[in-house]
Amino acid sequence: MSAEEKSMSIIVTKGSLDWAYPPFILATTAAAMGLPVTMFFTFYGLPLLLKDLKLQVTAAGNPAMKLPMMGMHMGLPNLLTAIPGVDAGCSVMMKNLIKKKGVASIDELRDMAVEAEVRMIACQMTMDLFEYDKKDMIEGIDIGGAATYIECATQADINLFI
Amino acid sequence: MADHTLDAKGLNCPLPILKARKALKEVPDNGTLEIIATDPGAVADFEAFCRQTGNELLEHSEDDGIYTFLIKKTA
Repeated sequence: MSAEEKSMSIIVTKGSLDWAYPPFILATTAAAMGLPVTMFFTFYGLPLLLKDLKLQVTAAGNPAMKLPMMGMHMGLPNLLTAIPGVDAGCSVMMKNLIKKKGVASIDELRDMAVEAEVRMIACQMTMDLFEYDKKDMIEGIDIGGAATYIECATQADINLFI
Repeated sequence: MADHTLDAKGLNCPLPILKARKALKEVPDNGTLEIIATDPGAVADFEAFCRQTGNELLEHSEDDGIYTFLIKKTA
């Protein structure tokens, strides 16, 4: 009755609030639909495994970012994003919008991913490079390098680079 | 009527699916789960979810922006 079991792997390379959503939504939904999922967190995706998530978003260099405000979609000129506090303000706005629209927070999605037994691997090289400590990360993660990921990828039917 | 009801009103993708998956665990085999949602995307999502997982979508309806789904646990 159900389709033969497919599996999925995701390389997570970005860690801003907006970019955290695609990997976690895809991973949790795939897991809910019966697929075994592996997420490999590398470079700027690695901080998504920190216990204490302080995700931010910036409108800088992001011309597609236009949030609903006052009945219109409004963006922010790049120059203004250089003003101290603007990025924090944008992040707060985005988080409020997310909450208001009943969208899950990244914390919530990550908890659901852990609960669904999504395998999460932290890139060893990135941890060394940016001096991250395993004790600052959530429990239950593996640590590995590129070869670990490649092995996963050869066995997964769906491999995504986010 | 249904063995369990899940109120997913006000929740956006992927929460209706994720919560339904969790709720289905409490439903006995061949039992039913009723889900109430306001997310229009949930219509296609629940159809896909059922096709993929082998559960049966017995019925679905919409009434003034409120979507109701009845899933039978057949997987």
